[in-house]
Amino acid sequence: MKLLKIIGLVLLVVLVGLQFFPARSNRSTAIPSSDFVKTYKVPEQVTQILHTACYNCHSNSTNYPWYSRVQPVGWYLENHIDNGKEELNFSEFGSYSGRKQQSKLTSMISQVEDDKMPLPSYTFIHREARLSAEDKNNLVDYLKTLKE
Amino acid sequence: MKKTIILLSLALVSWGAFAQHDHSKMGHSTEGHSNMDSKMENKTMVQSSVNVERSKSATAIIDNYLALKDALVADNSTKAASSGEKLFDAFEKFDISAQAKSQQKELAEIIEVASEHAEHISENSGSIDHQREHFEMLSKDIRDLTLITGSDRTLYQAFCPMYNNKEGGVWLSASSEIKNPFYGNKMLKCGSVQQEITVK
Repeated sequence: MKLLKIIGLVLLVVLVGLQFFPARSNRSTAIPSSDFVKTYKVPEQVTQILHTACYNCHSNSTNYPWYSRVQPVGWYLENHIDNGKEELNFSEFGSYSGRKQQSKLTSMISQVEDDKMPLPSYTFIHREARLSAEDKNNLVDYLKTLKE
Repeated sequence: MKKTIILLSLALVSWGAFAQHDHSKMGHSTEGHSNMDSKMENKTMVQSSVNVERSKSATAIIDNYLALKDALVADNSTKAASSGEKLFDAFEKFDISAQAKSQQKELAEIIEVASEHAEHISENSGSIDHQREHFEMLSKDIRDLTLITGSDRTLYQAFCPMYNNKEGGVWLSASSEIKNPFYGNKMLKCGSVQQEITVK
């Protein structure tokens, strides 16, 4: 019993200690001209889908949940968002080369069509990011119009 | 000389139009067939040949690309992943500065995108469909790359009209014999040569 108490206390101290090392925040407020939505003058409906289902991990502006302030959750999210942005960053889409834009569009279409994106592990927690069949169609149809 | 070229292209076009394809293993509807044949005919009508410089600068890239292609033909996802990794290294080692100044920007863009495809292929051992999606995009990049860098061997650009919901997909091969990397053993012979990339 005493041992358990000690372990619990140590854990508590560690957890509190972790909170002094906050994660880097991914939260730019200005929308750059290279943003996907500005590059293509995306219709409102599609913009809405992109913002709720994609931009949290694939742009420079994340809408964080409250628990992201708790470590180590925040660190996990930081890493996750870094990876997401490296793969595809909607905020910088307009500065990609034409070849890269086309390649990314192809990947987006197939990932959404195959239900690989948004990540099932993400939509499990973020129910609002789930795409209805209609959302999916609208998004894919629109992305296809951008393909050359 | 001009006459020979015209005759040759006529011969190629008619060969394309009448080419027989072994689809015995596919077993899909006749509607699919007619649809596909018309598409194939359109594509073979533009069958052509391009001539590129003789150069060894892209040899490592071409070698590893073709090894990757062969792994996909053999339905071997693990081997495709290891070839993808080697191809990624070949892109890293490629010396852009040794190429013509005017082409360097375009080359850098091609290599940036193509390396990403190679990386994805290397990281996706076990999901061959995903590897094939990236391979299709990669093939176009390799083609565009060789048009700039030149090649050390003749390459054949082949086209499979079935791939990706009948949008079709291209790949490169060192042989004119069709061995389909998108379907492997399922439809090994599906496709036809679209363009020959010959070396000066």
